[in-house]
Amino acid sequence: MPAEHPALKRTPLYPLHRALGARMVAFAGYEMPVHYPAGILAEHLHTRSRAGLFDVSHMGQLRLGGADAGAALERLVPGDICGLPPLRVRYTLLLNEAGGIVDDLTVTRLDAQNLFLVVNAATAEADFDHLRARIDPKIAIERLADRALLALQGPLAAAVLARLAPEAVGLAFMGALEMPLAGQECLVTRSGYTGEDGFEISVPAKGAAALAERLLAEPDVAPAGLGARDSLRLEAGLCLYGQDIDATITPVEADLSWTIAARRRRTGGFPGEAVVLDQLAHGTRRKRVGIRPEGRAPARAGTPILDTDGVRIGQVTSGGFGPSLGAPIAMGYVEAAHAAAGSAVLLEVRGTARPGRVVPLPFVPHRYRRQPPARSAGGDGPAVG
Amino acid sequence: MAAPRFTTDHEWVRLDGDLATVGISDYAQSQLGDVVYVELPEIGRRVEQGKEIAVVESVKAASDVYAPVSGEVVAVNTALAEDPAKVNADPMGEGWFLQLRLADPAELDGLMDEAAYRRFIEEQA
Repeated sequence: MPAEHPALKRTPLYPLHRALGARMVAFAGYEMPVHYPAGILAEHLHTRSRAGLFDVSHMGQLRLGGADAGAALERLVPGDICGLPPLRVRYTLLLNEAGGIVDDLTVTRLDAQNLFLVVNAATAEADFDHLRARIDPKIAIERLADRALLALQGPLAAAVLARLAPEAVGLAFMGALEMPLAGQECLVTRSGYTGEDGFEISVPAKGAAALAERLLAEPDVAPAGLGARDSLRLEAGLCLYGQDIDATITPVEADLSWTIAARRRRTGGFPGEAVVLDQLAHGTRRKRVGIRPEGRAPARAGTPILDTDGVRIGQVTSGGFGPSLGAPIAMGYVEAAHAAAGSAVLLEVRGTARPGRVVPLPFVPHRYRRQPPARSAGGDGPAVG
Repeated sequence: MAAPRFTTDHEWVRLDGDLATVGISDYAQSQLGDVVYVELPEIGRRVEQGKEIAVVESVKAASDVYAPVSGEVVAVNTALAEDPAKVNADPMGEGWFLQLRLADPAELDGLMDEAAYRRFIEEQA
């Protein structure tokens, strides 16, 4: 509702959202734009065809600093953080002792000593406490509350950013670089939550509005709100924490096994290791899948999923309308026997069982700008430059 | 055809003889955003005033539509199946939802005329 929420926090871009005519909603304790006058459909399609600018300043930004910060973080996540080269970004998961997902986050190695973390807004406080309680007190953990976060996403994002900083073009997917943008010292990563090429820009709070206005002055860029962010990430098959993944779901169930690094599978040393390694070897009872409902009726989160005999086999965790497909899409968990692409299912929408089919994720192909690996042998080497 | 009357749930109803055409208001469609699906009742269904009669879905969410008056469903706007965006483009015209055979004309007296509805929206904002 457009009413004021005095208890809600605001990002540095709040006045700009208002000036742009955004409809504001409460989200994770912040007053955030759900859409601008163009509307979710137009903002979504503009991001897929040109470039959308999102305010994601509600997300938590943290710095971990100290010798062995990577090793310290590895005790809490199944990803390879020690092997993360400088100026590379990795998506990983904080796990609990049962292998459940405490949060999903990105980790950027700034240098030998320092890691930059971006965590979810709703879990930021809890994550800070989780890290502080478990990580060696000699490692500094700092909340970067004086920084905003913008996401510039879409096939024209790189061309736009290059007009402000030519070095942006040299970044590869999941690369990071510090660069001045509109007079502000920014940390830019080539990453995002839409399935498109694009950037996330950590900018000092005091300069965030000026940078946003500079980007919006580019004719290819339109503001996009949380509504489009949600429909874009759903089409891209990306999980929303608290909805598709939570503390009761393991990475293997969530089809996020790719985040469990080969070295960590051999050596373990992360929370819930026994559960996760057993599931990697023997499978899980349920699995996250994509589903295409037949017809036009969306199957929203909470929709029961049935087999063709009408027996309940799972539940939709995210569902809605995919603007790029012009059709409803959903993801959810089903029993493993029904998880293969092509499996016929029923979706119980308002008491009526409607046919649908399990499909591979993502619904819309990712268009990340990957670079060929460095010529020297070996895994995920530095690809910046 | 009579002037439309409005409910506090943002439906409109327009009477022509004993046939009541029903839809959602321009304010409602603007609040919902892009409509992507409309679920309409079966012909012949009887509904009481204030009870759920249809569902309208935007990209974001599903919302119930309530019967502004009691009656029997005699027609639904089948064009919305192919083009639900008509609800956004022309909510009081081509974006109509359904037609009821009115059971009790007195029910209309409890609904707002256009001026009263406009004041109601302003108070809500």
